[in-house]
Amino acid sequence: MILTALCLTFVVFYLTNLQPNLEKLAKTEGNMRMTDDQVTSWLNKNGFGGSVFLRYGEWLGIVPGWTTVDREGITHGRCISTDIPVEIAPKYCGVAQGDFGESYVFKDENLSLIGKRLGLTGWLMFWVMVTMVPAALAIGVLAGMREGTRTDRSLSTLSIISTATPEYVSGVILIVVFSSSIVGLKWFKGSATSAMDELTFANFTLPVLTMALYGMGYIARMTRASMAEVMTAQYIRTARLKGVSFPNIVLKHALRNALIAPFTVIMLQFPWLLTGVVIVETLFQYKGFGWLLVQAAGNNDIELLLGCSVVAVFVVLFTQLISDIGYVFLNPRIRVN
Amino acid sequence: MEPLSSIQIIGQILSQFLPVWIGLAAIFAVSIATKGRTGLYGKLFDSPVGMIGFGLVMFWILTALMAPLIATFEPLVQLSGMKNKLPGTPVPSDITAAVPYYLLGGDNLARDVFSRMIWGSQTVMKIAPSATLFAFMVGVTLGLPAGYITGKLDTFLSFLANLVLAFPVILLFYLLVTPEIRMAGTEITLWGGSKWITSIPNIMAAVLFLFPIVFFVVLFQSRFFTVPGKRNLYIGITLLIGLWAYSGLAFNADPVGIWGMDPNLLNIFVSVVFVNSPTVFRIVRGLTMDIKTRDYVAAAQTRGEGVWYIMLWEILPNARGPLIVDFCLRIGYTSILLGTLGFFGLGVSPESPDWGMTINEGRKLLSIFPHPALPPALALMSLVLGLNLLADGLREQSLKD
Repeated sequence: MILTALCLTFVVFYLTNLQPNLEKLAKTEGNMRMTDDQVTSWLNKNGFGGSVFLRYGEWLGIVPGWTTVDREGITHGRCISTDIPVEIAPKYCGVAQGDFGESYVFKDENLSLIGKRLGLTGWLMFWVMVTMVPAALAIGVLAGMREGTRTDRSLSTLSIISTATPEYVSGVILIVVFSSSIVGLKWFKGSATSAMDELTFANFTLPVLTMALYGMGYIARMTRASMAEVMTAQYIRTARLKGVSFPNIVLKHALRNALIAPFTVIMLQFPWLLTGVVIVETLFQYKGFGWLLVQAAGNNDIELLLGCSVVAVFVVLFTQLISDIGYVFLNPRIRVN
Repeated sequence: MEPLSSIQIIGQILSQFLPVWIGLAAIFAVSIATKGRTGLYGKLFDSPVGMIGFGLVMFWILTALMAPLIATFEPLVQLSGMKNKLPGTPVPSDITAAVPYYLLGGDNLARDVFSRMIWGSQTVMKIAPSATLFAFMVGVTLGLPAGYITGKLDTFLSFLANLVLAFPVILLFYLLVTPEIRMAGTEITLWGGSKWITSIPNIMAAVLFLFPIVFFVVLFQSRFFTVPGKRNLYIGITLLIGLWAYSGLAFNADPVGIWGMDPNLLNIFVSVVFVNSPTVFRIVRGLTMDIKTRDYVAAAQTRGEGVWYIMLWEILPNARGPLIVDFCLRIGYTSILLGTLGFFGLGVSPESPDWGMTINEGRKLLSIFPHPALPPALALMSLVLGLNLLADGLREQSLKD
């Protein structure tokens, strides 16, 4: 897992630090009409001169940060800023030391920027999970407990429709139906900007609904498949023949075993949820983590984009770990010694 | 002229689609008449779900093919005074057109929303199935040996696949589809004086586009190596067409000039293939591991057949059911991905009528003028829904026997 994390962050580092990206950065930071020589000297002065591997090491915090001395004899360096003079500057400053650098556009510490935005996205994710998971499980269980009935057919069709509607389609439809002046329902707000200060039913329903709808169908279909399989198992037949009532069979006998597969699916939904977060936050102007990622990518804000990527990659790897651990807990047939 | 009423708009749109209706009717009539003899395809017409899905998919395929007949205006025509006009508004009287109305209104640049939606179907239909096909070629060529031979090869390939899968898709697109990445690299002069930059998308294209050629060469070699005449013919044809297309698509240096891809389009295409192939790889690998324990594989091994013969001519045909189902689902997923790219302004080109980009343009004025964003949104949804239903119908029918 650590190897995966290292590989992924290196790929991101390499892709964000491509020469044209650096040249663009030099021109936006310095002067739009810089000559090629000036660009090169700016890059060297600001520590972008070394090889990619060396700079990746510096960024990780396992290689000492770069230092240069300019013509006036002032030392510049990766770990040196106006707050931290040369004398007390640490030798290493990278991710390992908790230093994610500073955003070029927002002029703020990346760590605090990401933390603040991640908090906002956390609320969005929380409400999405709270609505999506129970609804999806309920639909899946209801459809799967009596396979082939009319309830099953209609619920399955519903979940197929929901998986076929990406966020940018359902979001657009929901906004038109529930908040535009054309249809005139105007129940909810089409923008979630005000939800950043205060969450209300009116400003947060549509973003949550948009995200929940797309993921719901997939989880529901997985639950249905696993429920249908469990319902044909021998022990369910035994229970029925013993005369246990149908609701009791579903709730007490089938449910636990039917939930193993969907659990893994739900955990593995997180990488996909990130894409959803980016789309929904752009569509509803909710300035969370997804919005920050778009800003960083759009503004060529290299250090910030790197920070965001690290967070995203770790969320994905962490949920994979959780899903493996949770699987063992849910499934008594697997034992790890 | 008076604006059209809602019923007139619907009637006019339905009659614009006339060629599509005729095509659909013909396909359905022929298919249902011959359904006993066409195997899995024929069985599709036994399930209502499969039929609806097939109908929706065929609808969009026919629309894309016959777009010039259906669309009322060219995709980039801007008519003065038609900016953000409501559906059914007549065009200015000095313009002559077969249908002098903006059937679904005008967008914020005074272009016809209906026609752009029709033209947009061509973009999706061109990229999504071919990108999926390439992803399958890569996934199959790597997944078969990983599942059959296993060992270190499998460990290595699975690690690579997991690496790509652990990447959030959207982040990968933001990093891979940029104008900067297309310029990063040194320029090499190829044959005929054409230039090629060693940028990441170009290198990826050079690697990924090689897989179909390798696949077909190995496919024919493993089967016909005992009949050199036949083998030489097949491999010769493959190499001729393959390398010709390869030189054009991957290096943009086709000597005749038929094959070629815009650098931006190539960038998108390669990224989509790259994102999709690890999933295909995992599916193929899993299927191979399952199928290689069957008796017919053991029989082939006893006969002394080659490794590639067993993989490509024994295992692959028996894995086709799940692969066809996944192919349909994956085209849908790819269409969604392309839409996502368009939505973030990373699409094919700024003025192309691509659905994702149209939605993105339309969303800015969504609460006042919803009509420019809705048609492409519904179009995309119906296409993906059709593909999902088709996959469901196929799965249902293939499980029956």
